Amino acid sequence: MSSTKAARIGEEVWKTRIDKVNAELVTLTYGSIVAQLCKDFEGDYMEVNKQLDKMGYNIGLRLIEDFLAKTNTGRCANFRETAETISKIGFKVFLNITPTVTNWTSDNKQFSLIFDENPLADFVELPDDGRAQNELWYSNILCGVLRGALEMVQMQVDAHFASDVLRGNDTTEMRVTLIRMIDDELPPGDD
Amino acid sequence: MSNLNAPNSPFVPFSPNPSIQSGVPTATPPLSASKPAQLGSSNLRYASSRKSIYDRHLNRTQRSELSKASFAFLFGEMIQYAQKQVSGIQDLEKKLNIQGYAIGQRLLELLLYREGRSAKRETRVLGILQFIAQTLYRHLFGKPADGLEKSREHEDEYMLIDHDPVVNSHISVPKEMSQLNCAAFVAGIIEAVLDGSLFPCRVTAHSVFSEQFPSKTVFLIKFEESVLEREAVLQ
Repeated sequence: MSSTKAARIGEEVWKTRIDKVNAELVTLTYGSIVAQLCKDFEGDYMEVNKQLDKMGYNIGLRLIEDFLAKTNTGRCANFRETAETISKIGFKVFLNITPTVTNWTSDNKQFSLIFDENPLADFVELPDDGRAQNELWYSNILCGVLRGALEMVQMQVDAHFASDVLRGNDTTEMRVTLIRMIDDELPPGDD
Repeated sequence: MSNLNAPNSPFVPFSPNPSIQSGVPTATPPLSASKPAQLGSSNLRYASSRKSIYDRHLNRTQRSELSKASFAFLFGEMIQYAQKQVSGIQDLEKKLNIQGYAIGQRLLELLLYREGRSAKRETRVLGILQFIAQTLYRHLFGKPADGLEKSREHEDEYMLIDHDPVVNSHISVPKEMSQLNCAAFVAGIIEAVLDGSLFPCRVTAHSVFSEQFPSKTVFLIKFEESVLEREAVLQ
């Protein structure tokens, strides 16, 4: 599937098949979650990152079904197609953004998503405590979502943020690496 | 005249920094207790494009929309996370209330800013409740609340009615927890807006049986005595 075709599908599904809510409700709800975690883990931002990733993973496991049902997309032929689908359809229908896919490695197993917009981080400034900007990945839940969702379609990936404008970087970049395709495994004792 | 004085404001500027944010809304320290960062002393780094939140128009996302599913997923995780930390339904509702409270504090300021010239400080109970039922509700959920009633038995109680809360639309409460209403989250938002407007109160969410509206929810707003005293003076 070409990038333009994916973009067209994403646009179409977003317009016609998605129930919507006020964006600020989502933004503030996410902010409240992160703030609560920072408080519960007493400013241990590494632990907050981990917890956000875990929450995202839980979401991803369930989100993929919603995604497939609404978008009717089939199996991707290769990882490049997967990347386009994630950006142009996945992010489009759930967050109404299309991060740019770029920085491929030559083996086609690693790419970056560059976020010009990030609705989760509207209104956000990290705490001025000298640590948050070095340690907290505010939108880390998105990494978990990708990991969980792709696992359900037999791709084990690693996803992590490499930079974030909230940290004072010039871009917000997530690095996604395909670790392996998960083979279909027969249920035990079913031979 | 002393009853005209506002009670200690529970409003406190929010910060995700745990040392500033106390979390339990009613026990938050007064404004002066937390030192706001002084201008010019910030150690935060900004992107070279300086695309910080201060450079963006506050109304930029006023009318933008996101997928309802995204909200439902996040809200679901919020509930599950809270559930791991509590022992009972009441505790869980309180946690959700606190999470909503943090949102209400911000929304009040944002919504008043957006009202522009027509913004005013409500001094009467009916006025602020209308603000919640109309302005706040329309902004958050795209519709006004379905009803606003005054309790017949209790002078200090009001009821805000929502026939089908958006936040509950993807939630099915297990039988053994039938007392739970996750709209406690919205109750927290309402409570913060009222507290922030100096109408201190408690707000709780209750499911009410209705054949026509299976997820009908009533937000019970119980004002503190000081509010009624002031109301009497203003009358």
